[in-house]
Amino acid sequence: MTQSTLIEVKGLTKKFPLGKKWFKPNGYVRAVDGLDFTIKKGETFGLVGESGCGKSTTGRLINGLIEANEGEILFDGQNLVGLPDSQWNSYRKRMQMIFQDPFASLSPRMKIKDIVIEPLDVHYPKMPKSEKLEKAEKLLEICGISKFHWNKYPHEFSGGQRQRISIARSLILNPELIIADEAVSALDVSIQSQVLNLLVDLQVEFDLTYLFISHDLSVVEHISNRIGVMYLGDLVEVASKEQLFKNPKHPYTQSLLSSIPQPGKQDREKIILKGEIPSASNPPKGCKFHTRCPFAMDICRKEIPENIHVDDDHVVACHLYS
Amino acid sequence: MEQLLKVSNLQTGFKNDREIQKVLHGIDLEVNKGEIVGLVGESGSGKSVTSLSIMQLLHGTPGKVLAGEINYKGVDLLSLKESEMRKYRGKELSMIFQEPMTSLNPVVKIGKQLTEIIMLHLKYSKKKAQGHAISMLESVGIPRAKDIMESYPHELSGGMLQRVMIAMQISCYPSLLIADEPTTALDVTIQAQILNLLKEIQETSNMGVLFITHDLGVVSEICDRVIVMYAGRIVEELSVDRLFEDASHPYTKGLIKSIPIIGQNKKKLFSIPGTVPSPRNMPKGCKFAPRCEFAMDICWQKEPALLDSNYGKSRCWLEAEDKEEAYDSKYSYRS
Repeated sequence: MTQSTLIEVKGLTKKFPLGKKWFKPNGYVRAVDGLDFTIKKGETFGLVGESGCGKSTTGRLINGLIEANEGEILFDGQNLVGLPDSQWNSYRKRMQMIFQDPFASLSPRMKIKDIVIEPLDVHYPKMPKSEKLEKAEKLLEICGISKFHWNKYPHEFSGGQRQRISIARSLILNPELIIADEAVSALDVSIQSQVLNLLVDLQVEFDLTYLFISHDLSVVEHISNRIGVMYLGDLVEVASKEQLFKNPKHPYTQSLLSSIPQPGKQDREKIILKGEIPSASNPPKGCKFHTRCPFAMDICRKEIPENIHVDDDHVVACHLYS
Repeated sequence: MEQLLKVSNLQTGFKNDREIQKVLHGIDLEVNKGEIVGLVGESGSGKSVTSLSIMQLLHGTPGKVLAGEINYKGVDLLSLKESEMRKYRGKELSMIFQEPMTSLNPVVKIGKQLTEIIMLHLKYSKKKAQGHAISMLESVGIPRAKDIMESYPHELSGGMLQRVMIAMQISCYPSLLIADEPTTALDVTIQAQILNLLKEIQETSNMGVLFITHDLGVVSEICDRVIVMYAGRIVEELSVDRLFEDASHPYTKGLIKSIPIIGQNKKKLFSIPGTVPSPRNMPKGCKFAPRCEFAMDICWQKEPALLDSNYGKSRCWLEAEDKEEAYDSKYSYRS
């Protein structure tokens, strides 16, 4: 069975201006630098990388919270980059976002039920209130918040419960794509597993596609079907979960995988990278990883590596495989 | 093994508008020379309050140590005056905090912050202290240590700052290092570097380390022994080699099962139902009973003591053979 493609990203680039001098920026940070990937319908695509690699920027670009400078985002065949605002709305309701910090993403002065129905107020202003409340009640129930809590304010809930409320809000418009940006990172382990299980259940029940952004590889491994690894604004490797974890190709992926502290496995061979992540405003020339790469060659310092298909559905950008 | 720190029956509370709310209910722990002891638990379990109580850094907060004894090399730290405690803090016991960005002074050069502590405790001259600081920075793997001495904290990355913090804390050769979530704010590849460094320093200097974290993966990387906290109590203690197979407390087992493990390919994760009870609303018996799948009648009635289990200690009625004897008299007056 071939799944149809929901999102196709081609050459996506976002530059943020750096400071200003006489109304002209001093230079640019290329937060996202020419990404290519696809997300198929019904799958979970995990995006991992360390802080500052551009994974959140990618999520925001797809959701239209910020505008891309170059490239295309094809959502169900329609290019969203440069789309006029009037047409954006019909796409925006088909994709929703769950944010990292459940303390900052819910308005402290709104009741829970109003928070959950607010998207309906925006997109379906003519829908009767009773119908909206009925939908909200059903979703909150599914997400594990009982009706008893309806008239409460966000500060009365714990982090895990707030994240459940955010999830209920993101589902109320019946979206096809959910972008979860570090959705479980702020939660304790025992609560994190509750929320991850909820996300898995919801995917089956509502036929959802997830773009799951996280820095935690074990969480991404648990929930994703395919995974993209980012480093300084580049996608260095994209593969199915099984391929990526059994047979990582890019040296960065290899060291990232060996750095994860895993319970009960003490005597693993570890690849500990030297040095720090270079600044995104002044990235190294050629392959951006060459400053920390244990296998760096001459060509790595000069030329940017192309994307190479090493296997079905396994793409790596590294000179070692060209 | 030489004992460095022995904490017995430590009870700490925080004052609010009406009453004193107890958050630590009798903590007993030991750290020996040359060992790394992990203190794990979820947010609000009292791990950080334990470390702040040991260092006596609760001044200026509503917190207060209510009872107990903190014995460091035979000296009861709680009986010391603040001026005497200062001689211990930074010299004998030192502490690394979670956020290196906020624990260094942003308007003082790194070199000055480093030499200050060396001049105070080791009584070095300024010049000698500077040389010592540079060699310390080099020993934690900082390139161009001389230039770094002249920089301000904001000029360095998180991983570099955490190295500076470690250099500062080991510069006076402490016997005991308390590390409170030292890698939580860092990226995984940097975390691996810092954990490696800490282990190396600990092995060469034979320090005792109390390593506080919420991450069981990190515990298995670096610790020798692990202590699990829940709701202000120690619920389990055992060696790290035994942790993943032979943990006996249902809470520890649940925590281990709820971590996603790479390559396991489980459709669903185990999860502990419910949340940690609030300190105002604690259940009467075992504090974990409402979330425990094995809860029995007695669990709701009486709190168990920290008893010897197969491979360590566990606070659970399932472990207790003689139910009457196992009842923790320390808790009797409270229920």
